[in-house]
Parts: sequence; structure tokens; C-alpha cells
Amino acid sequence: MAHATSLFAVLYGVWLALSGHYTLYFLLVGAVCVALVVAIAMRMDVVDREGHPMHLTWRVPGYWAWLMWEIMTSAVDVSRRVLAPRLRIDPVLERLPTSQKTDIGRAIYANSITLTPGTVSTDLRDGMVQVHALTSGAIERLRQGEMDARVTKLEGES
Amino acid sequence: MVQDIVSWLLIAGGAFFVMVGGVGLVRMPDFFTRLHPASVTDTMGAGLLLTGFMVQAGASLVTVKLVLILVFLLFTSPTAAHALAHAALLDGLKPWTGKKDGAP
Amino acid sequence: MFMAATAALLVTIALALARAFAGPSVYDRVLAVNSIGTKTVLLIAALGFLAGRPDFLDISLLYALINFVGTIAVLRFIRQSRAQEGN
Repeated sequence: MAHATSLFAVLYGVWLALSGHYTLYFLLVGAVCVALVVAIAMRMDVVDREGHPMHLTWRVPGYWAWLMWEIMTSAVDVSRRVLAPRLRIDPVLERLPTSQKTDIGRAIYANSITLTPGTVSTDLRDGMVQVHALTSGAIERLRQGEMDARVTKLEGES
Repeated sequence: MVQDIVSWLLIAGGAFFVMVGGVGLVRMPDFFTRLHPASVTDTMGAGLLLTGFMVQAGASLVTVKLVLILVFLLFTSPTAAHALAHAALLDGLKPWTGKKDGAP
Repeated sequence: MFMAATAALLVTIALALARAFAGPSVYDRVLAVNSIGTKTVLLIAALGFLAGRPDFLDISLLYALINFVGTIAVLRFIRQSRAQEGN
């Protein structure tokens, strides 16, 4: 029930932000629509820890800040390589282990890998993630496991 | 005034990274390497441009919408890139490794 | 400065379009089209500021949604038609 309430609040917030009209009629129509969406989501059985992971809310901002820094540095690195007169790349495809316990943790890890320029996750199964990297340096960074450890900490299931 | 300078810098930076992504898309030797510059555009390019727009818009509903667009792009673009790379691998596309001979 | 952003976006769209025509694989084309979609989202937002009409942002948001769903749909379609060829 807590998940449904939180989903309702988030969706209603989006409605308010996008509509921009604050008359009684619009507020009521919005509430009805959002309630309908939450009801459908509950019928689909996706309103749970996995479908609406609100237990991550307090730890996510710190992780995002770190990820943003990571994205900036690797974006600059990739841009340098793209603009260099001679292409200095040595792409590799490799499987790396993941230490997350839940599917959502692994999904966050794989998505973070893809979001960081220079590395793309291409497959995720059996607790391993397959990564294509533009350079062997990028895959070396991943293998050191800082991102993996941070996502496991974010996930918080020990 | 300060607001204008900050947003100008952010927008110029965003425009630069967007262009880098475009150049990379043309320059890179194969599909998998092309994914990387595309992700520069999606993260840095879009992020800086939209942040620049936010600074220009100030505290208003417009900024909220820009944040929504940015969050949405940041959530969907890795998913799309992963789906693309996964589909290409399943289809048997071989990643380029830079070896002149031997490699298929 | 919105003009400069718009120009950069248009140049990039042209480059991505070149990649979409050149291919060689169908995935290169889908990647290029997806990339053009992302840039279109930004372009619509920039045009909204340029024209002084922030309502454009709603269209931009909607385009981001459609672009994502479109890419996934095309990939599904490719996979399905490949699977049928295989049999």
C-alpha cells in the first residue's frame, strides 16, 4: 500500500508539473486519471519493491552525483579520442562479474555502464555483465570495481 | 548578466559535445564503436544543453519540464543503447578489434 | 546563443543522417535514427526558447517518449523478421 501511495504522489506531481492549470476541474481530473493509472499498475502487479523501488530514494542522489562526475570525465576522454587526428582506440568485448543481489541492482549497474560514454553493456545474465568498451583502459577501470561496489552499496541488501 | 554568461557557457559546451557525437558517429569504424560517441551526445550533450536552458529559464514550470526531459533521456538512452547492442550481438555482428589480418 | 545551439544540432543531425544512409548494417541505421531522435528533442526545446514559446517543451517531452518506444519497436520488428527468415 505504501508503494501505491508513493506512486500516486509521484504521478500526481508529474501531472501538476505538466498541466500548469490549477483550477478545481483540472485537479480533480488529474486525481482521477492518476488513480486509474495506479489501479492498472496494481492489476499488472508491478507496484512492489522492484517496480517502484522507493527504498532507494535516499541513497540515489549521492550515487547520481558520483555517476555524473564519472560521465563527465569519460565523455571528455571519448571526445578527445573522437577528435584526435589518428583514431587511438582498441575496442574490447568482455564479461565481468557483478556483485549485486537483486535484479534491480544488476539493472542499475548495467544501465550505469551504458550511460558512461566509452562502455556499453551488451548482455546481462548468470550474474555476469558483458561489456563492450572503446578502450582497454575503460574496461580496466570497470574491472577495478568501484562502480560495482557503489551500486551494491546503493542497493543496500546485505 | 551572470546568469546569461553561465547559460551561454553551458549551451556552448553542450553544442560542442553534441557535435563530437555526430563526428564520432561518422568516423568510427564499426557499429559497436559508434555506440560510444552516440552516448556522449545523449549524456553530456543533452545534459549541458538542457542545463543551459534551465539556467536561462530560471525558477519556473519551464525548468521543471526541462528536468523531466533530461531525466527521461537519461533513463531511456542507455536502455535503447543496450537493446541495440544486444540485438546486434545476437544477430552475429562481430565487433571490430583493429587487427588488420586474421580477425573475421 | 539558442541560434548557435540550433545550428550545432542541425549539423549533427546531418552527420547522423549521413550515417543512416551509409549503414552498412541495419543496426547502424537504427542507431543513427535514434540519435537523430534525441537531437530532435533538443532541437524542439531550443526552438521553443528561440520562438519564446515554452509550450514547445511539451512536444519535446512527447517526442522523447515516442523516440524511445519507436527504437524498441523497430528492434523487435527486426528480430521477428530475422527469426522468420531463419526457419
